[in-house]
Amino acid sequence: MITLENISEKLSLKCKCCWENLSREVTGGYAGDLLSDVMANSTAGNVWVTRQVHQNIVAVASLKEHAAIIVVQGATPGQETLDKAAKEGIPILVADMNEFEVVGRLYQLLRPEQA
Amino acid sequence: MTLAEIRDLLDAKMVMGEEKLHMEIHTAFGADLMSDVLAFARSGCLLITGLSNVQAVRTAYALDIAAIVICRGKALNDKFVETARELGIPILWTPFIMFETCGRLYREGLTGCVKEIVVEDIRSAHEG
Amino acid sequence: MPMKDNEKYLEGRYEIQGRDFVDAGLVSSRIKKSLKAMGVAEDVIRRVAVLTFEAEVNIISYATQGTISYYVLPDTIIIEAIDVGPGIIDIEQAMQEGFSTADDSIREMGFGAGMGLANIKRSSDLFEITSEPGKGTCVKCTLMIKGRVQSEET
Repeated sequence: MITLENISEKLSLKCKCCWENLSREVTGGYAGDLLSDVMANSTAGNVWVTRQVHQNIVAVASLKEHAAIIVVQGATPGQETLDKAAKEGIPILVADMNEFEVVGRLYQLLRPEQA
Repeated sequence: MTLAEIRDLLDAKMVMGEEKLHMEIHTAFGADLMSDVLAFARSGCLLITGLSNVQAVRTAYALDIAAIVICRGKALNDKFVETARELGIPILWTPFIMFETCGRLYREGLTGCVKEIVVEDIRSAHEG
Repeated sequence: MPMKDNEKYLEGRYEIQGRDFVDAGLVSSRIKKSLKAMGVAEDVIRRVAVLTFEAEVNIISYATQGTISYYVLPDTIIIEAIDVGPGIIDIEQAMQEGFSTADDSIREMGFGAGMGLANIKRSSDLFEITSEPGKGTCVKCTLMIKGRVQSEET
């Protein structure tokens, strides 16, 4: 199984908090920006790919037991969000690339047999 | 890829725009937030979104986006379909989640679109 | 700032109701259709469509009501969005990408990521904003066009 560390390296992501949890294994990915949808449809162990940066994303990720949040297209989580994430133990990784590229590459990493 | 190939790849239904099934698509943009689409998407791309309300159609129209894929099997209301018809925007509807949708399209060779850099020589901002 | 002396160039004025999310983007699409019919260059139309959309969403999200007017002058297009509402306390902060005062209902509609004013400014050649907290906000965007007819060299 793939870890956050692997993903971070392969996708050139910058970790903004909870580095100690990068050894976490990832079960799959979920992409979306509508919080009610993410709450309804994502699963534990997912990496959540989004452009949302307000602190509610930590509450959602915590509730759904996501492995981490990847924030894309250069969006910047504020200090409030990072502090909350640190408290909840949810790594937030940032990508300059847009969502399509990040998801595309993550998909390949998670399903190499279909590449 | 053509819209027909995209439809097949995503087990999708073509809700609107069957006459454009031959249309070639090279780039894609995935987002639920329309402000992000307005800021970053490029004309001619495929918009992939779970936002199944009429703003997605209007946003696509504003940017001359080629077609919309509504993912997560979200229900489409009459206003959505009617506006898509009125504005001439092809709509594909797939049961797959955004992650699966973008993943498959990326695997088949679509790339993320990047907004062109606009020359800023005649821009200025004032506060009134 | 309101466009009283250029009223003869006024092409259209639309009223927008606050919290009327269903119609968000409608004014943008109407103005776009109108400019297309006039033969305005595609890239200019796109920029107008984007900034108008964002201005509309701002009025709907935050104001009680507002109007969007558009003027087509020989060399410029001007879009003016005036609203009655709480106004903006700190304009500089509001202009920052990602800064948002949106509530969850706005976010669930697909807006409220804090990109609105930045998108409007980016799409304009000249961007002016004034606001009076407790009264309302006025945004005026000017775009340069090379005459009304679509240029042959794209």
